[in-house]
Amino acid sequence: MASNAFLLEYLPIVIFLCIAGGMSCVMLLFSLLVSKRNPDPEKNAAYECGFDAFEDARSKFDVRFYLVAILFIIFDLEVAFLFPWAVTLGKIGMFGFWSMVIFLGILTVGFIYEWKKGALDWE
Amino acid sequence: MIEILMPLFWIVLHILITVGILLVAVAYTTYAERKVMGAMQRRQGPMLVGPFGLLQPIADGIKLLSKETIFPERANKLVFFLAPMLTFTLALIAWAVIPIDQGLAMSNLNVGLLYLFAISSMGVYGVLMAGWASNSRYAFLGGLRSAAQMVSYEVSMGLVIVTVLLCVGSLNLTDIIEAPRPFWMQIMLFPMFIIFLISILAETNRAPFDLPEGESELSGGFLVEYSAFAFTLFFLGEYANMILMSAMTSILFLGGWHVPFGIEFLSFVPGFIWFALKISAVLFFFVWARASFPRYRYDQLMRLGWKVFLPLSLVWVVVVAGVLIATGTLPNMEAF
Repeated sequence: MASNAFLLEYLPIVIFLCIAGGMSCVMLLFSLLVSKRNPDPEKNAAYECGFDAFEDARSKFDVRFYLVAILFIIFDLEVAFLFPWAVTLGKIGMFGFWSMVIFLGILTVGFIYEWKKGALDWE
Repeated sequence: MIEILMPLFWIVLHILITVGILLVAVAYTTYAERKVMGAMQRRQGPMLVGPFGLLQPIADGIKLLSKETIFPERANKLVFFLAPMLTFTLALIAWAVIPIDQGLAMSNLNVGLLYLFAISSMGVYGVLMAGWASNSRYAFLGGLRSAAQMVSYEVSMGLVIVTVLLCVGSLNLTDIIEAPRPFWMQIMLFPMFIIFLISILAETNRAPFDLPEGESELSGGFLVEYSAFAFTLFFLGEYANMILMSAMTSILFLGGWHVPFGIEFLSFVPGFIWFALKISAVLFFFVWARASFPRYRYDQLMRLGWKVFLPLSLVWVVVVAGVLIATGTLPNMEAF
């Protein structure tokens, strides 16, 4: 039963998720019902300062956005490692501390490399 | 049957009250923002609707509800409307774990902070979906920029949270508030508090980091194709997120429902009032920053996030861990 009590804490979140999702749905549909709609091809065209859009908006974009996303994955994984480490540091002792320092040291080497290579520059 | 339904009924009631209070709080945050901005620029702000313009947020809500919803021709309709719903839903459900007062959390998760962090990271999906589904130049660029900005600042926010975790040794939000914090520990965490305050500005896309919707270059960014209530859901979501981030700041750094500075004779005031006051103080900081600073350039923003905050908070994690071990003040110390 202990695991049940543990899972029971998540029940309000599930109910909250349903209520919040339902509320946003109902509010959106209600506004569609209440408001007048008067569609027009000019009105429904993509907003591009009065011109008709020449081509699809989903074109090539700067590779640096992609680079940022990759860097984010590396460092966010690191944060995910640090969360349990920070909570249990009192129990795992000096061994745990130095393991994490070495791990962070390796990551710092990578970080310095990225910095020197200019991966963090946006001119 | 009845013994199953009664707790469910209380949970639903609790949720509805929370949502109600939150929506009123959001409405009056917009009002307070306009009033404070007005005062800072020597204007009066909203004055006409109701006494002191107090009914202005309600009038705005009714106006937005009756506006025409535009379905952009080339947009992916489903994702286009899913994005604001996601943003709004996420901004609400994060409140399930916030302890408003001693023992007044809806669900007292043992990993409450992790839940908060996860929910606030998912906010980036709403923005990215909106930017992609709109199929408009401005929206696409705004969505990309916003996603890059939010993930950049999330990393340093995560590291700041880790420094607080080291000091309190628990992921439960009630434990985080109740953990003893000597004065020197607060001094040690103070630089992280500053980094956290600036990061939440960037995380919620507020001025001076409001580049995703920078009017002068992107004319609204990922919001450009949205109108009527789809826009309103984004708007409500943004302000609910601001309040959420303020609540997170006051839980992590300002002592939640506790009396500030431990002043004895103020302890008759109920805890949730202190919590609300602390949230309001952080919200005031949001507005103050918006009225005081010009918008950052995008390269400056990325440099601040990756080259200043990330190394600083990374070093601080090791420093805090080292100091806590050296002074023997680490929580649950058993292995030393």
